[in-house]
Amino acid sequence: MRITCPLCGERDRREFYYVGDAVALERPDPDAGDVVWDDYVHNRDNPAGVTRDLWYHESGCAAWVVITRNTVTHEILSTELASKVKEAQS
Amino acid sequence: MRFSSWKVFTEGLSGNKGWSAHWRDAQPKSEYDYIIIGGGGHGLSTAYYLAKNHGITNVAVLEKGYLGGGNVGRNTTIVRANYFLQGNSEFYSHSLKLWETLEEDLNYNVMHSQRGLINLFHSDGQRDAFARRGNMMINQGDDAILLDREGVRKELPYLDFEQTRFPIYGGLFHKRGGTARHDAVAWGYARGASDRGVDLIQNCEVTGIDIVDGVVKGVQTTRGPIKGNKVAIIVAGRSGQVAAMAGRRLPIESHVLQAFVTEGLKPVIDHVISFGMGHFYMSQSDKGGLVFGGDLDFYASYASRGNLPMKEHVMEAGMTLMPMIGKAKVLRSWGGIMDMTPDGSPIIDKMEGIDGLYIDCGWNYGGFKAVPASGWCMAHLMATDTPHDVAAKYRLDRFRTGIGIMDEEGTGSQHNLH
Repeated sequence: MRITCPLCGERDRREFYYVGDAVALERPDPDAGDVVWDDYVHNRDNPAGVTRDLWYHESGCAAWVVITRNTVTHEILSTELASKVKEAQS
Repeated sequence: MRFSSWKVFTEGLSGNKGWSAHWRDAQPKSEYDYIIIGGGGHGLSTAYYLAKNHGITNVAVLEKGYLGGGNVGRNTTIVRANYFLQGNSEFYSHSLKLWETLEEDLNYNVMHSQRGLINLFHSDGQRDAFARRGNMMINQGDDAILLDREGVRKELPYLDFEQTRFPIYGGLFHKRGGTARHDAVAWGYARGASDRGVDLIQNCEVTGIDIVDGVVKGVQTTRGPIKGNKVAIIVAGRSGQVAAMAGRRLPIESHVLQAFVTEGLKPVIDHVISFGMGHFYMSQSDKGGLVFGGDLDFYASYASRGNLPMKEHVMEAGMTLMPMIGKAKVLRSWGGIMDMTPDGSPIIDKMEGIDGLYIDCGWNYGGFKAVPASGWCMAHLMATDTPHDVAAKYRLDRFRTGIGIMDEEGTGSQHNLH
Protein backbone atom coordinates (compact mmCIF):
# COMPACT_ATOMS: atom_id res chain seq x y z
CA MET A 1 0.00 0.00 0.00
CA ARG A 2 1.43 3.37 -1.03
CA ILE A 3 0.06 6.66 0.20
CA THR A 4 0.37 10.00 -1.54
CA CYS A 5 1.25 12.64 1.00
CA PRO A 6 -0.07 16.02 -0.20
CA LEU A 7 3.34 17.53 0.61
CA CYS A 8 5.87 14.75 -0.10
CA GLY A 9 4.24 12.75 -2.89
CA GLU A 10 3.82 8.98 -3.05
CA ARG A 11 5.39 7.19 -0.09
CA ASP A 12 5.55 3.76 1.50
CA ARG A 13 2.73 3.03 3.93
CA ARG A 14 5.30 2.44 6.69
CA GLU A 15 6.10 6.14 6.86
CA PHE A 16 2.58 6.79 8.14
CA TYR A 17 0.97 6.20 11.50
CA TYR A 18 -2.73 5.29 11.39
CA VAL A 19 -4.84 7.21 13.89
CA GLY A 20 -8.33 6.07 12.95
CA ASP A 21 -11.61 7.39 11.67
CA ALA A 22 -11.44 11.04 10.56
CA VAL A 23 -14.13 11.70 13.15
CA ALA A 24 -11.39 13.53 15.06
CA LEU A 25 -11.98 16.53 12.79
CA GLU A 26 -15.43 16.98 14.32
CA ARG A 27 -14.66 17.11 18.01
CA PRO A 28 -17.76 17.73 20.13
CA ASP A 29 -18.21 20.52 22.65
CA PRO A 30 -16.47 19.82 25.98
CA ASP A 31 -19.84 19.84 27.75
CA ALA A 32 -21.73 17.87 25.10
CA GLY A 33 -22.39 15.05 27.57
CA ASP A 34 -21.32 11.43 27.98
CA VAL A 35 -23.46 10.01 25.17
CA VAL A 36 -22.04 12.36 22.57
CA TRP A 37 -18.50 11.91 23.83
CA ASP A 38 -18.84 8.12 23.95
CA ASP A 39 -20.03 8.22 20.37
CA TYR A 40 -17.11 10.40 19.36
CA VAL A 41 -14.36 8.51 21.19
CA HIS A 42 -15.56 4.92 20.81
CA ASN A 43 -18.40 4.26 18.39
CA ARG A 44 -17.61 3.85 14.72
CA ASP A 45 -19.47 3.41 11.43
CA ASN A 46 -16.73 0.92 10.57
CA PRO A 47 -17.73 0.70 6.90
CA ALA A 48 -16.83 -2.15 4.55
CA GLY A 49 -16.09 0.04 1.57
CA VAL A 50 -15.15 3.68 1.31
CA THR A 51 -13.94 5.24 4.54
CA ARG A 52 -12.19 8.39 5.55
CA ASP A 53 -9.46 8.19 8.11
CA LEU A 54 -6.70 10.19 9.65
CA TRP A 55 -3.05 9.31 9.22
CA TYR A 56 0.09 11.04 10.43
CA HIS A 57 3.14 11.27 8.19
CA GLU A 58 5.37 10.29 11.06
CA SER A 59 8.58 9.45 9.18
CA GLY A 60 8.10 12.23 6.66
CA CYS A 61 6.89 15.80 6.87
CA ALA A 62 4.79 15.23 10.05
CA ALA A 63 1.63 16.34 8.28
CA TRP A 64 -1.79 15.09 9.35
CA VAL A 65 -3.47 13.62 6.31
CA VAL A 66 -7.11 12.73 5.67
CA ILE A 67 -7.18 9.63 3.49
CA THR A 68 -10.23 8.44 1.61
CA ARG A 69 -9.78 4.77 0.83
CA ASN A 70 -11.57 1.49 0.38
CA THR A 71 -11.35 -0.93 3.31
CA VAL A 72 -12.22 -3.91 1.12
CA THR A 73 -9.73 -3.37 -1.72
CA HIS A 74 -7.12 -1.23 0.09
CA GLU A 75 -7.35 1.25 -2.78
CA ILE A 76 -6.41 4.83 -1.82
CA LEU A 77 -8.93 7.18 -3.42
CA SER A 78 -7.68 10.58 -2.31
CA THR A 79 -5.49 12.28 0.26
CA GLU A 80 -5.79 15.79 1.64
CA LEU A 81 -4.05 17.77 4.33
CA ALA A 82 -6.13 17.63 7.50
CA SER A 83 -5.59 21.34 7.98
CA LYS A 84 -7.20 22.05 4.61
CA VAL A 85 -10.16 19.79 5.39
CA LYS A 86 -10.60 21.50 8.72
CA GLU A 87 -10.43 24.93 7.06
CA ALA A 88 -13.07 23.94 4.52
CA GLN A 89 -15.32 22.76 7.36
CA SER A 90 -15.22 26.01 9.27
CA MET B 1 -24.03 -41.15 14.69
CA ARG B 2 -21.53 -41.29 17.51
CA PHE B 3 -17.80 -41.55 17.12
CA SER B 4 -15.97 -44.34 18.92
CA SER B 5 -12.86 -46.43 18.33
CA TRP B 6 -15.13 -49.36 17.55
CA LYS B 7 -16.94 -47.30 14.88
CA VAL B 8 -13.64 -46.18 13.33
CA PHE B 9 -12.47 -49.83 13.33
CA THR B 10 -15.61 -51.29 11.76
CA GLU B 11 -15.86 -48.47 9.20
CA GLY B 12 -12.26 -49.11 8.28
CA LEU B 13 -13.16 -52.72 7.50
CA SER B 14 -16.27 -51.85 5.51
CA GLY B 15 -14.93 -49.18 3.17
CA ASN B 16 -15.99 -46.18 5.29
CA LYS B 17 -19.45 -46.25 3.75
CA GLY B 18 -21.41 -45.96 6.99
CA TRP B 19 -20.55 -42.38 7.91
CA SER B 20 -23.39 -39.89 7.71
CA ALA B 21 -23.50 -36.10 7.41
CA HIS B 22 -22.54 -34.39 10.65
CA TRP B 23 -25.50 -32.05 10.69
CA ARG B 24 -28.87 -31.66 9.00
CA ASP B 25 -29.06 -29.27 6.07
CA ALA B 26 -31.97 -27.32 7.55
CA GLN B 27 -34.32 -25.14 5.52
CA PRO B 28 -35.50 -21.93 7.18
CA LYS B 29 -38.88 -22.01 8.90
CA SER B 30 -40.93 -18.84 9.12
CA GLU B 31 -40.53 -18.49 12.86
CA TYR B 32 -38.16 -19.42 15.70
CA ASP B 33 -37.94 -18.51 19.37
CA TYR B 34 -34.25 -17.62 19.06
CA ILE B 35 -32.29 -16.47 16.03
CA ILE B 36 -28.51 -16.38 16.01
CA ILE B 37 -26.95 -14.31 13.26
CA GLY B 38 -23.57 -15.83 12.43
CA GLY B 39 -22.59 -19.48 12.09
CA GLY B 40 -19.03 -19.18 13.32
CA GLY B 41 -17.46 -20.63 16.44
CA HIS B 42 -19.23 -18.30 18.86
CA GLY B 43 -22.64 -18.53 17.17
CA LEU B 44 -22.51 -22.32 17.00
CA SER B 45 -21.38 -22.71 20.60
CA THR B 46 -24.15 -20.33 21.70
CA ALA B 47 -26.70 -22.49 19.88
CA TYR B 48 -25.22 -25.65 21.36
CA TYR B 49 -25.34 -24.39 24.96
CA LEU B 50 -28.84 -22.90 24.50
CA ALA B 51 -29.96 -26.41 23.67
CA LYS B 52 -27.79 -28.33 26.09
CA ASN B 53 -27.80 -26.10 29.19
CA HIS B 54 -31.17 -24.42 28.84
CA GLY B 55 -33.26 -26.88 26.82
CA ILE B 56 -34.01 -24.23 24.20
CA THR B 57 -34.03 -25.90 20.80
CA ASN B 58 -36.36 -23.81 18.65
CA VAL B 59 -33.29 -21.95 17.44
CA ALA B 60 -31.97 -20.96 14.03
CA VAL B 61 -28.35 -20.15 13.25
CA LEU B 62 -28.21 -18.01 10.11
CA GLU B 63 -24.93 -18.02 8.22
CA LYS B 64 -24.38 -15.98 5.07
CA GLY B 65 -21.66 -18.31 3.77
CA TYR B 66 -20.81 -21.76 5.06
CA LEU B 67 -20.53 -22.82 8.69
CA GLY B 68 -17.18 -22.02 10.23
CA GLY B 69 -16.01 -20.10 7.16
CA GLY B 70 -14.98 -16.96 9.03
CA ASN B 71 -12.44 -16.41 11.76
CA VAL B 72 -12.93 -19.84 13.34
CA GLY B 73 -11.45 -21.27 10.16
CA ARG B 74 -8.74 -18.63 9.81
CA ASN B 75 -7.01 -18.35 13.18
CA THR B 76 -3.80 -19.77 14.62
CA THR B 77 -5.67 -22.14 16.97
CA ILE B 78 -4.17 -21.13 20.31
CA VAL B 79 -6.00 -21.95 23.53
CA ARG B 80 -4.85 -20.34 26.80
CA ALA B 81 -6.01 -18.75 30.04
CA ASN B 82 -3.21 -16.35 30.92
CA TYR B 83 -5.16 -13.16 31.46
CA PHE B 84 -4.41 -10.63 34.12
CA LEU B 85 -7.41 -8.43 34.79
CA GLN B 86 -10.46 -9.36 36.77
CA GLY B 87 -13.22 -9.84 34.24
CA ASN B 88 -10.98 -11.47 31.67
CA SER B 89 -9.28 -13.77 34.15
CA GLU B 90 -12.36 -15.66 35.33
CA PHE B 91 -13.84 -15.77 31.84
CA TYR B 92 -10.85 -17.35 30.12
CA SER B 93 -10.31 -19.66 33.07
CA HIS B 94 -13.88 -20.91 32.59
CA SER B 95 -13.24 -21.29 28.88
CA LEU B 96 -10.09 -23.36 29.40
CA LYS B 97 -11.96 -25.69 31.75
CA LEU B 98 -14.62 -26.17 29.07
CA TRP B 99 -11.88 -26.92 26.53
CA GLU B 100 -10.52 -29.61 28.79
CA THR B 101 -13.76 -31.60 28.64
CA LEU B 102 -14.92 -30.46 25.20
CA GLU B 103 -14.08 -33.61 23.28
CA GLU B 104 -16.00 -35.88 25.65
CA ASP B 105 -18.85 -33.41 25.78
CA LEU B 106 -19.17 -33.07 22.00
CA ASN B 107 -18.08 -36.63 21.20
CA TYR B 108 -15.85 -34.97 18.63
CA ASN B 109 -12.10 -34.97 18.21
CA VAL B 110 -11.12 -31.30 18.30
CA MET B 111 -7.46 -32.30 18.70
CA HIS B 112 -7.09 -30.18 21.81
CA SER B 113 -3.42 -30.41 22.68
CA GLN B 114 -2.19 -28.91 25.95
CA ARG B 115 1.38 -28.64 24.79
CA GLY B 116 2.19 -25.60 26.92
CA LEU B 117 2.57 -21.93 26.12
CA ILE B 118 5.72 -19.96 26.88
CA ASN B 119 5.67 -16.15 26.83
CA LEU B 120 9.24 -14.91 26.66
CA PHE B 121 10.55 -11.85 28.49
CA HIS B 122 13.63 -9.79 27.79
CA SER B 123 14.22 -7.33 30.62
CA ASP B 124 13.95 -7.07 34.40
CA GLY B 125 10.84 -4.94 34.08
CA GLN B 126 9.17 -7.50 31.86
CA ARG B 127 10.12 -10.26 34.30
CA ASP B 128 8.34 -8.36 37.07
CA ALA B 129 5.28 -7.91 34.88
CA PHE B 130 5.21 -11.62 34.03
CA ALA B 131 5.74 -12.64 37.65
CA ARG B 132 2.72 -10.54 38.50
CA ARG B 133 0.69 -11.98 35.66
CA GLY B 134 1.67 -15.50 36.75
CA ASN B 135 0.49 -14.75 40.28
CA MET B 136 -2.82 -13.53 38.93
CA MET B 137 -3.21 -16.72 36.91
CA ILE B 138 -2.44 -18.86 39.98
CA ASN B 139 -4.86 -16.83 42.09
CA GLN B 140 -7.50 -17.52 39.48
CA GLY B 141 -6.84 -21.24 39.94
CA ASP B 142 -4.92 -21.72 36.72
CA ASP B 143 -1.28 -22.62 36.26
CA ALA B 144 1.83 -20.55 35.68
CA ILE B 145 5.54 -21.19 36.19
CA LEU B 146 8.12 -18.43 35.96
CA LEU B 147 11.15 -19.84 34.13
CA ASP B 148 14.60 -18.26 34.24
CA ARG B 149 16.87 -18.30 31.22
CA GLU B 150 18.17 -21.80 31.93
CA GLY B 151 14.62 -23.02 32.47
CA VAL B 152 13.61 -21.71 29.06
CA ARG B 153 16.79 -23.16 27.52
CA LYS B 154 15.78 -26.60 28.74
CA GLU B 155 12.40 -26.34 27.01
CA LEU B 156 13.39 -24.35 23.93
CA PRO B 157 17.11 -24.95 23.31
CA TYR B 158 16.93 -23.69 19.74
CA LEU B 159 16.17 -20.03 20.50
CA ASP B 160 18.80 -17.34 20.01
CA PHE B 161 19.36 -16.56 23.70
CA GLU B 162 22.34 -14.24 23.36
CA GLN B 163 21.01 -11.91 20.70
CA THR B 164 22.01 -8.31 21.30
CA ARG B 165 18.63 -6.77 20.60
CA PHE B 166 16.35 -8.86 22.84
CA PRO B 167 18.41 -11.28 24.96
CA ILE B 168 16.09 -13.84 26.56
CA TYR B 169 15.79 -13.44 30.33
CA GLY B 170 13.16 -16.13 30.86
CA GLY B 171 9.55 -17.00 30.20
CA LEU B 172 6.17 -17.53 31.75
CA PHE B 173 5.19 -21.17 31.24
CA HIS B 174 1.45 -21.90 31.07
CA LYS B 175 1.37 -25.70 30.82
CA ARG B 176 -2.35 -26.03 30.23
CA GLY B 177 -2.15 -23.71 27.24
CA GLY B 178 -1.90 -25.22 23.78
CA THR B 179 -3.72 -25.58 20.49
CA ALA B 180 -6.82 -27.21 18.99
CA ARG B 181 -8.02 -28.05 15.52
CA HIS B 182 -10.02 -24.92 14.68
CA ASP B 183 -12.41 -26.32 12.05
CA ALA B 184 -13.25 -29.33 14.19
CA VAL B 185 -14.40 -27.01 16.97
CA ALA B 186 -16.94 -25.40 14.64
CA TRP B 187 -18.01 -28.78 13.26
CA GLY B 188 -18.31 -30.38 16.69
CA TYR B 189 -20.51 -27.59 18.01
CA ALA B 190 -22.53 -27.57 14.79
CA ARG B 191 -23.18 -31.31 15.04
CA GLY B 192 -24.06 -31.09 18.74
CA ALA B 193 -26.48 -28.21 18.15
CA SER B 194 -28.07 -29.82 15.09
CA ASP B 195 -28.56 -33.14 16.90
CA ARG B 196 -30.44 -31.30 19.63
CA GLY B 197 -32.83 -29.72 17.15
CA VAL B 198 -31.18 -26.41 16.24
CA ASP B 199 -31.57 -25.45 12.56
CA LEU B 200 -28.26 -24.48 10.98
CA ILE B 201 -29.08 -22.49 7.86
CA GLN B 202 -26.24 -21.76 5.48
CA ASN B 203 -26.18 -19.34 2.53
CA CYS B 204 -28.70 -17.22 4.37
CA GLU B 205 -27.57 -13.63 4.75
CA VAL B 206 -29.40 -11.36 7.13
CA THR B 207 -30.31 -8.11 5.35
CA GLY B 208 -32.41 -6.42 8.01
CA ILE B 209 -33.51 -6.64 11.62
CA ASP B 210 -37.19 -5.99 12.31
CA ILE B 211 -37.77 -3.81 15.33
CA VAL B 212 -41.19 -2.45 16.30
CA ASP B 213 -41.48 0.04 19.17
CA GLY B 214 -38.12 -1.00 20.57
CA VAL B 215 -38.88 -4.74 20.45
CA VAL B 216 -37.23 -7.24 18.11
CA LYS B 217 -39.68 -9.11 15.90
CA GLY B 218 -37.37 -11.02 13.58
CA VAL B 219 -34.99 -10.62 10.66
CA GLN B 220 -35.07 -10.20 6.90
CA THR B 221 -32.81 -12.58 5.01
CA THR B 222 -31.87 -13.47 1.45
CA ARG B 223 -34.08 -16.54 1.99
CA GLY B 224 -37.10 -14.62 3.20
CA PRO B 225 -38.25 -13.07 6.47
CA ILE B 226 -37.90 -15.08 9.69
CA LYS B 227 -39.73 -14.15 12.87
CA GLY B 228 -38.04 -14.48 16.22
CA ASN B 229 -38.41 -13.27 19.80
CA LYS B 230 -34.73 -13.07 20.61
CA VAL B 231 -32.02 -12.22 18.11
CA ALA B 232 -28.29 -12.40 18.73
CA ILE B 233 -25.64 -10.69 16.63
CA ILE B 234 -22.51 -12.87 16.71
CA VAL B 235 -20.68 -11.88 13.57
CA ALA B 236 -17.16 -10.82 14.64
CA GLY B 237 -15.61 -8.49 12.05
CA ARG B 238 -18.99 -7.75 10.49
CA SER B 239 -20.55 -6.56 13.76
CA GLY B 240 -20.64 -2.95 12.58
CA GLN B 241 -22.72 -3.73 9.50
CA VAL B 242 -25.23 -5.96 11.29
CA ALA B 243 -25.63 -3.58 14.24
CA ALA B 244 -26.32 -0.82 11.71
CA MET B 245 -29.39 -2.82 10.62
CA ALA B 246 -30.68 -2.20 14.14
CA GLY B 247 -29.71 1.47 13.90
CA ARG B 248 -26.77 1.10 16.26
CA ARG B 249 -23.10 1.99 16.10
CA LEU B 250 -20.64 -0.11 18.06
CA PRO B 251 -17.28 0.58 19.67
CA ILE B 252 -15.72 -1.67 17.05
CA GLU B 253 -13.21 -1.05 14.31
CA SER B 254 -12.45 -4.00 12.03
CA HIS B 255 -8.80 -4.71 11.35
CA VAL B 256 -6.87 -7.34 9.45
CA LEU B 257 -4.59 -9.76 11.28
CA GLN B 258 -2.31 -11.97 9.22
CA ALA B 259 -1.19 -15.51 9.80
CA PHE B 260 1.32 -17.71 8.02
CA VAL B 261 2.10 -21.38 7.61
CA THR B 262 5.19 -23.10 6.26
CA GLU B 263 5.62 -26.39 4.46
CA GLY B 264 5.35 -29.47 6.69
CA LEU B 265 8.49 -30.16 8.70
CA LYS B 266 9.47 -32.88 11.14
CA PRO B 267 8.43 -32.15 14.75
CA VAL B 268 10.66 -29.42 16.08
CA ILE B 269 8.54 -26.93 18.03
CA ASP B 270 6.75 -28.66 20.88
CA HIS B 271 5.12 -25.63 22.50
CA VAL B 272 3.36 -22.43 21.64
CA ILE B 273 5.98 -19.68 21.90
CA SER B 274 5.25 -16.00 22.05
CA PHE B 275 7.87 -13.33 21.54
CA GLY B 276 6.14 -10.16 22.64
CA MET B 277 8.99 -7.80 21.87
CA GLY B 278 8.91 -8.80 18.22
CA HIS B 279 5.12 -9.22 18.03
CA PHE B 280 5.60 -12.82 16.98
CA TYR B 281 4.23 -16.17 18.06
CA MET B 282 4.51 -19.67 16.70
CA SER B 283 3.43 -23.26 17.10
CA GLN B 284 3.74 -26.33 14.91
CA SER B 285 0.65 -28.00 13.57
CA ASP B 286 0.15 -31.77 13.71
CA LYS B 287 0.75 -31.83 9.96
CA GLY B 288 4.16 -30.26 10.60
CA GLY B 289 3.60 -26.76 9.31
CA LEU B 290 4.96 -23.92 11.39
CA VAL B 291 1.97 -21.72 12.13
CA PHE B 292 2.86 -18.18 13.10
CA GLY B 293 1.68 -14.64 13.17
CA GLY B 294 2.30 -11.18 14.48
CA ASP B 295 0.45 -7.99 15.01
CA LEU B 296 -2.37 -6.26 13.17
CA ASP B 297 -1.59 -4.40 9.98
CA PHE B 298 -2.94 -1.45 11.98
CA TYR B 299 -5.48 0.17 9.73
CA ALA B 300 -9.18 -0.57 9.37
CA SER B 301 -9.65 -3.28 6.76
CA TYR B 302 -12.12 -5.87 5.51
CA ALA B 303 -9.79 -7.25 2.86
CA SER B 304 -9.10 -10.65 4.50
CA ARG B 305 -5.56 -10.23 3.32
CA GLY B 306 -2.73 -8.11 4.63
CA ASN B 307 0.05 -6.10 3.11
CA LEU B 308 3.76 -6.72 2.77
CA PRO B 309 5.15 -4.51 5.56
CA MET B 310 3.64 -6.69 8.30
CA LYS B 311 4.71 -9.87 6.51
CA GLU B 312 8.27 -8.59 6.45
CA HIS B 313 8.08 -7.57 10.10
CA VAL B 314 6.79 -10.98 11.20
CA MET B 315 9.48 -12.83 9.24
CA GLU B 316 12.16 -10.58 10.75
CA ALA B 317 10.86 -11.21 14.25
CA GLY B 318 10.83 -14.96 13.64
CA MET B 319 14.40 -14.90 12.37
CA THR B 320 15.50 -12.82 15.36
CA LEU B 321 14.08 -15.33 17.78
CA MET B 322 14.87 -18.63 16.07
CA PRO B 323 17.29 -18.33 13.16
CA MET B 324 16.93 -22.08 12.54
CA ILE B 325 13.62 -21.56 10.74
CA GLY B 326 15.28 -19.45 8.06
CA LYS B 327 15.16 -22.14 5.40
CA ALA B 328 11.55 -23.15 5.96
CA LYS B 329 9.38 -22.14 3.03
CA VAL B 330 6.21 -20.21 3.75
CA LEU B 331 3.34 -21.87 1.92
CA ARG B 332 0.44 -19.59 2.67
CA SER B 333 -0.55 -16.42 4.40
CA TRP B 334 -4.01 -15.10 5.01
CA GLY B 335 -5.85 -12.46 6.96
CA GLY B 336 -8.79 -12.54 9.31
CA ILE B 337 -11.05 -9.60 10.09
CA MET B 338 -10.81 -8.75 13.77
CA ASP B 339 -13.53 -6.89 15.65
CA MET B 340 -11.32 -4.58 17.68
CA THR B 341 -12.70 -2.76 20.73
CA PRO B 342 -11.02 0.32 22.24
CA ASP B 343 -9.86 -1.54 25.38
CA GLY B 344 -9.09 -4.86 23.70
CA SER B 345 -11.71 -6.79 25.67
CA PRO B 346 -14.95 -8.29 24.34
CA ILE B 347 -18.65 -7.49 24.72
CA ILE B 348 -21.42 -9.95 25.70
CA ASP B 349 -24.49 -7.90 26.47
CA LYS B 350 -28.05 -6.96 25.68
CA MET B 351 -28.46 -4.14 23.22
CA GLU B 352 -29.76 -1.45 25.52
CA GLY B 353 -33.05 0.03 24.39
CA ILE B 354 -33.97 -2.81 22.00
CA ASP B 355 -35.81 -5.65 23.75
CA GLY B 356 -34.74 -9.07 22.58
CA LEU B 357 -31.56 -7.99 20.79
CA TYR B 358 -28.22 -9.31 22.07
CA ILE B 359 -24.65 -8.73 21.01
CA ASP B 360 -21.55 -10.89 21.33
CA CYS B 361 -18.56 -9.24 19.67
CA GLY B 362 -15.25 -7.47 20.18
CA TRP B 363 -13.11 -10.58 20.41
CA ASN B 364 -10.16 -8.68 18.99
CA TYR B 365 -7.45 -11.21 18.07
CA GLY B 366 -8.36 -13.67 20.82
CA GLY B 367 -11.69 -15.12 19.82
CA PHE B 368 -10.76 -18.74 19.21
CA LYS B 369 -9.91 -19.77 22.76
CA ALA B 370 -13.06 -17.97 23.93
CA VAL B 371 -15.42 -20.04 21.76
CA PRO B 372 -16.67 -22.40 24.53
CA ALA B 373 -17.15 -19.79 27.27
CA SER B 374 -18.53 -17.16 24.91
CA GLY B 375 -21.25 -19.57 23.79
CA TRP B 376 -21.84 -20.70 27.36
CA CYS B 377 -22.26 -17.14 28.65
CA MET B 378 -24.17 -15.82 25.65
CA ALA B 379 -26.64 -18.71 25.94
CA HIS B 380 -27.02 -17.94 29.64
CA LEU B 381 -27.64 -14.26 28.92
CA MET B 382 -30.21 -14.98 26.21
CA ALA B 383 -32.04 -17.65 28.18
CA THR B 384 -32.16 -15.91 31.56
CA ASP B 385 -31.75 -12.23 30.62
CA THR B 386 -29.04 -11.96 33.27
CA PRO B 387 -25.32 -12.01 32.54
CA HIS B 388 -23.35 -15.09 33.50
CA ASP B 389 -21.04 -14.46 36.47
CA VAL B 390 -17.82 -14.90 34.51
CA ALA B 391 -18.94 -12.56 31.71
CA ALA B 392 -20.65 -9.93 33.84
CA LYS B 393 -17.97 -7.36 33.11
CA TYR B 394 -18.28 -7.60 29.32
CA ARG B 395 -20.71 -4.70 29.24
CA LEU B 396 -21.31 -2.57 26.21
CA ASP B 397 -21.80 0.58 28.27
CA ARG B 398 -18.38 0.41 29.95
CA PHE B 399 -16.99 2.75 27.30
CA ARG B 400 -19.59 5.42 28.02
CA THR B 401 -19.41 5.15 31.81
CA GLY B 402 -15.69 4.42 32.06
CA ILE B 403 -16.51 1.81 34.70
CA GLY B 404 -14.90 -1.57 34.15
CA ILE B 405 -12.65 -0.78 31.19
CA MET B 406 -10.45 -3.85 30.73
CA ASP B 407 -7.27 -2.69 29.06
CA GLU B 408 -5.24 -5.88 29.41
CA GLU B 409 -2.18 -4.44 27.65
CA GLY B 410 -2.22 -1.19 29.59
CA THR B 411 -1.86 0.89 26.44
CA GLY B 412 -5.01 2.97 26.78
CA SER B 413 -8.64 2.52 25.86
CA GLN B 414 -8.74 3.94 22.39
CA HIS B 415 -9.04 2.58 18.86
CA ASN B 416 -5.69 1.97 17.14
CA LEU B 417 -3.90 1.03 20.38
CA HIS B 418 -4.70 -2.70 20.52
